[in-house]
Order: sequence, then C-alpha cells, then structure tokens
Amino acid sequence: MKPRHITLSTTPSAHDIAGLRLGDIVYLDGLMYTAREGVYMRALEVKANIPEELPSQSAANFHCSPAAAIREDGTFDMGAVTATASFRFAKWLPEWMAKTGAKLIIGKGGMSSKDYKEYFVPNGAVYLSTVGYGTGALLGRGVEKVEAVHWHEELGLAQAMWVIKCNHMGPFIVASDLEGNCLFERENARISEKITRVYEGTRPAVLKRFGETDDRNDELIG
Amino acid sequence: MISIDLLQKTAETLMDKAAIEIPDDYLAGLQAAAKSEDGELSSFVLSAMLENYEAAKQDRRAMCGDTGTPRWYVKMGNEAQIDGGPVALEAALRRATANRTDGVPLRPNRVHPLWRTDHNNNVGINAPEIEYGFEPAGSWIDLITVHKGGLFGTDYRMLFPSDGIKGIKRFYLDCLVAFGKRGLACQPAIIGIGLGGGKDTCMVLGKRAACLRVVGDRNPDPRIAELEDELKELGNSIGMGAMGFVGKNMVIDTNIEVGFCHTGGMQMSVHAFCLSSRRAVARVYDDGRVEYRTDPNWFTAYQRRETVEWPADTIEASQ
Ligand code: SF4
Repeated sequence: MKPRHITLSTTPSAHDIAGLRLGDIVYLDGLMYTAREGVYMRALEVKANIPEELPSQSAANFHCSPAAAIREDGTFDMGAVTATASFRFAKWLPEWMAKTGAKLIIGKGGMSSKDYKEYFVPNGAVYLSTVGYGTGALLGRGVEKVEAVHWHEELGLAQAMWVIKCNHMGPFIVASDLEGNCLFERENARISEKITRVYEGTRPAVLKRFGETDDRNDELIG
Repeated sequence: MISIDLLQKTAETLMDKAAIEIPDDYLAGLQAAAKSEDGELSSFVLSAMLENYEAAKQDRRAMCGDTGTPRWYVKMGNEAQIDGGPVALEAALRRATANRTDGVPLRPNRVHPLWRTDHNNNVGINAPEIEYGFEPAGSWIDLITVHKGGLFGTDYRMLFPSDGIKGIKRFYLDCLVAFGKRGLACQPAIIGIGLGGGKDTCMVLGKRAACLRVVGDRNPDPRIAELEDELKELGNSIGMGAMGFVGKNMVIDTNIEVGFCHTGGMQMSVHAFCLSSRRAVARVYDDGRVEYRTDPNWFTAYQRRETVEWPADTIEASQ
C-alpha cells in the first residue's frame, strides 16, 4: 500500500489536523519559521519579543538551520534545507507551543509518545518529520521565498529565525496524531519483536560501562 | 612545484562537488537498496532520496541542508613540492572552505564547543581538520574533501581478545540499532569499523574506512574481507531500514581497517557515513594538470604496510 499524499497549510485548521494519519506524506504551503535552541532560549529565557505574529502568520515551527547566506545587498540565498533532531528541544517546547500556538512541529526523528500526549495533543498539534533525512535539495525547492531572517546577529546564521514562504514544500511524514500515537515507536515495536534472532551468535562485552545506569554499585566485569 | 592558486581553486571546486554530487558508487548502492526494499515507508524514503540527489545536481544546490563538518585529507607523492610550503597549503584549504561555505551556500555548522561562537564559514579552532598521508613516488598532491554528516552513528569501545568476533558483532549491532532507531544515523549508510591501534588511531581508522573507501571495495586480507561481507549482511538482517522504519536496508557497505594494538586489547570503533556520503577528490600535478574523481584510493599497500622498511621494488607494485 502506498502512503497517502496530502497538501496542508502552515496555518492548518483543527479539522485538517484531525484528518492526518501516521505515515501520511505531507506537502506544505504558506509561511513557516525556523526555531531551535537559540530562538527558544532567547524568546523564553531572555524573554525577547518574538519578531513575528504567531500563530496568525504561521503555526509551523521547523527545527532547522538552512544552508543559507545573506548577500551584501541584503537578499538571501537559500540552497538546501534539512531538519535537526527534535528530541533535544523537549525542554522548551511546551512553553513555546503554549505561547505561539504552533500546530505543526517539523523536524528530524520525532518526540516520544509521552511528549505527544503531554503537550502536543492538548495544543491540538502534530509532529511532521522530514524524510531521509537528507532530502535538503528537495525541501530547498519548496522554498518560494525567504521572507525575513531575525536574530542572526545575536544567534548566528544557523540558529537565527528564518521565515520562509513554502510552495508545496515536502515531503514530510506525519509522525504523531491527535491521540498521541508515535510513528517511530510503532515501527520500533515491530522491529524489536524480531530482533533477538539477529543477536544470536553475539556476546556482550566482557567489560561493562560505568554510568549507564544510576546504580553506582554496578560490577563491570563478567 | 605545484601552484598554490591552483590548489586553492581546485579545493573550491571540490567543496562544491562534494556538497552537490553524490558519488557514483554510493548512488549505485542506494539504487540497489531501493530495488530490494519492501518496507512501505522505507521504500518511500529511498525513492525520495534518489529524487533528492537528482534535484541537487539539476539545481546545483547542496544535497543536504546539514553540511556536516567539512574536512580535508591531503596525500602527497614523495617528490611533491608546494609553492609556499605546507603552511600555504593549509591557508588555501581554510580559504576554500570559508569561500565555498558562503558561495554554494553551505550551512555554517562549526561553532566553539563552549561559547558557541560561529564564524559563519565552517572555519575555526582546529576546523576544518586537515590530515596527511604520503606515497613513495610521485610529484602530485591528492586533495580529498569529506563533508561527514551525523552527530549520531559513531561509537568507540575497548574490547578485549576474549570478546572475539562475537563481541565485535555485538557492539556492531548495538551501534546500528541505537543510532538506527528513528533514523538518527540517516541510514542506509557506509559503515566503517576501526579495529586496534590506540583509541585515537582506532577512531581515525574507522572514520577513514567509512569515508575514504568506496562501496564494493574489500580489505586485501581475505579473512577481513569475509568479515566485511558478514557484517554487511548482519546489519541488513536487523529488520530496520531508512529512518528506522521496518525494512531491510541499514547498510550499503561495511568496511574494516585495522592497526596493530596493545597485546591485551582489541579497540573497536564504528562510524556511519550517512545518506549524504559526500566526498570529492582531485589529483593536482606539478605540470598544472588536475584530475577529478570520487574514489580517494587512500588505503594503498603503502598505507597498510606491515613491515619496518618499504623496499624499493614494492613501489611499483603499489602503484
Ligand atoms: S546525517 Fe547526513 S543526510 Fe543526515 S542530516 Fe546529517 S548530513 Fe544530512
């Protein structure tokens, strides 16, 4: 069975989001912004004013640092766009989502079903994963225009807040739903069922590693 | 004497080629994987990747938005001489890295580990890495750039002789599964394994095994070659594919390099060279010729030499 392909706005309605199923392939139209640890810290910890009207202009937060340059005349050159791993941002996301009304969190690798249940579902939001994850050139093609870049002087190009106009940007994969189900956990469970078989004929290392559990009495040999 | 301007110009071209053009050997490997893949989502991912490489070449844009960390390998024939010496060469490679980060554009990834200072050009303290090798004859220089991606996919462990092949397989599987879940390693990848050496040598060998050998290449030691085949097969039997979805392609190839180690140990490192296996190579001759290729051909008989001397009559054989 081939996955479904869906076109979605970056300011999606509750109805649009409710229609998404794990594994659907999504293409996006509208404004999207990049925000990762630099933006989160500046907005939530330093409490700088967010330089965009969120969520009315965009409800799509991309965990991404684009391969982009600002030219001398102030124009932008954006080549490839690839997401960065999202699990590292769990610390800031609940507050960010509450504050900005983000409905689509887009990144690499997804979050846990616990994260989805705790703050994605109550905010009516879902997670979209990029594909590959190396599909930077394809996603770059979906960038119709760079609308603005904020905070690049304070945070550097990689951590800056880039505002991008997307035209059928994709593909992305729906990795969570409004019940808090997690695509990656579903796949992991299917794989784990059979994994013991591959481990036959292997042996754990004779010297264990200290610090991988919280038990400080761990014996490391044997 | 090899002109420094020519070296810088060549290095700039290599930066572009590495970022934009997926090497043929890896592409063929991925095409074969895409054909054999029957996991529904994994299949979709592989076909999107193949489309992505085409898009990068057509648009002359970077194949992946994450530049990884561009680095250089320089190999010199014993008679090669550089206009301005090695210091001029290092400056040229740093300039090429900075210029083409802005030019392509590539993502400026390199920051200070503590202060997060970003020069916006992929150049900084100890960045880009420049590593050297030599060959017994020739007045050429090979410039190799690798844009190695991935914060995930690399690990090291001190194993011991009693861990044996079973222990090697165990650590290999542990690494693939750990970094393969949710596709953090951006598999299917070329997996490089370093065995032996000291800890640093082990890491260097494994990384070079991943980045400087081409798909399909085998270690000249037949028993190591056999282990390479076996480990490739093992990685592809996990039941995991691209992005950690159900599938059967985790590994495009597995390459092993070894170094003599302490008699009591058996160091092991594992490295994944991701879906953007970016490498580009050029040989620059002292008469101004430049030949581009994608096979670094780093591991010559001379690089893997085993004995005290390197007898003159083996020079020819090594070429
Ligand atoms: S690991 Fe490779 S393919 Fe994946 S995001 Fe990084 S550079 Fe791109």
